[in-house]
Amino acid sequence: MTAALEANVQSFVLLRLGERRFALPASQVAELVAPSRIFRFPHKSPALEGVILRRGRMIAVCDVAEQLTGKKLDTRRFYLLATRKYGNQSDWISIPVSGECELINVEMMEAGANDSPHVEGWLSHAGEVIEVLRLSALTPGPAEEHLPAPLQDFAEART
Amino acid sequence: MNLSAREKTHQPRTEQIILFRVSGQIFAISSASVQEVRSVDNIAGMARELPESHLTKVRHSIRRGDRTQYIVNAALHFGLKPQPASLVFFLRRTRTALLVDGIEKMTTMSRLQALSLAFQGEERNWYRGLTTLDQAVVPVVHPEGFLSLEELTILEAAQLAADAQGAQVQ
Repeated sequence: MTAALEANVQSFVLLRLGERRFALPASQVAELVAPSRIFRFPHKSPALEGVILRRGRMIAVCDVAEQLTGKKLDTRRFYLLATRKYGNQSDWISIPVSGECELINVEMMEAGANDSPHVEGWLSHAGEVIEVLRLSALTPGPAEEHLPAPLQDFAEART
Repeated sequence: MNLSAREKTHQPRTEQIILFRVSGQIFAISSASVQEVRSVDNIAGMARELPESHLTKVRHSIRRGDRTQYIVNAALHFGLKPQPASLVFFLRRTRTALLVDGIEKMTTMSRLQALSLAFQGEERNWYRGLTTLDQAVVPVVHPEGFLSLEELTILEAAQLAADAQGAQVQ
């Protein structure tokens, strides 16, 4: 591999949603965890199911399979915890996946003008052409907003 | 710094909360924001109907001192299937009296996590955030989040209409 080509190679995590595989830049992936209880409470964000608890942190769960494959997942084998950017800040979001994930190093082709907004780019791997996902186009949330501190002792100090 | 002063510095701040039940769902509210808890039977004679209220979650008001509080059905507010409510929380510094199914318990929370920005709906006004109690996640409600300014305007108009009707009858 030449030095120029090596410089363009990045790490990606391949994730399975039903029959298809997609990719996320490895830099956006925090963890792959076993499915745990989803805590549901009333809300008006239809794309979200609730939150999971992970090391004391509450992480929103967003199933993106239906948007990408047209079908909800039959089985959830893992939750992929990924960093979702909100403007210049970020928070974790949990994405249910249906199979093992794989880390690969490959060069990404940038998405073209005709590609869907959720496509960041394309990978060619093991004879497959794989979409690299843009989470900000797939999961709900503002593009630019200040994120509240994720953890507070509590919001209103009363002394 | 002596030991007791250091302990004080590192003591986590806590907040007294009331866990209450609405249609099987548990919510938390700061006990400091609840002025009074009364049973529904206890206020039945004092509540006034608001026939012209266009808000399904508010059908009655109640006069307390020099102000009117609107009785909000918490189940309808949260989009849950209503069940017979048994208690009313009169919320401090708001125009809301909240109809709930019952109190679960009073407890203390030591941490409140802001709602993820992925949540983009009305829930951003409903909740101050989420807390964990006994490995369960509980939304902590915002006392001012039950009635928006627009809703209060609608209710004040309905109240005026109800008052005018009452005066005509007399």
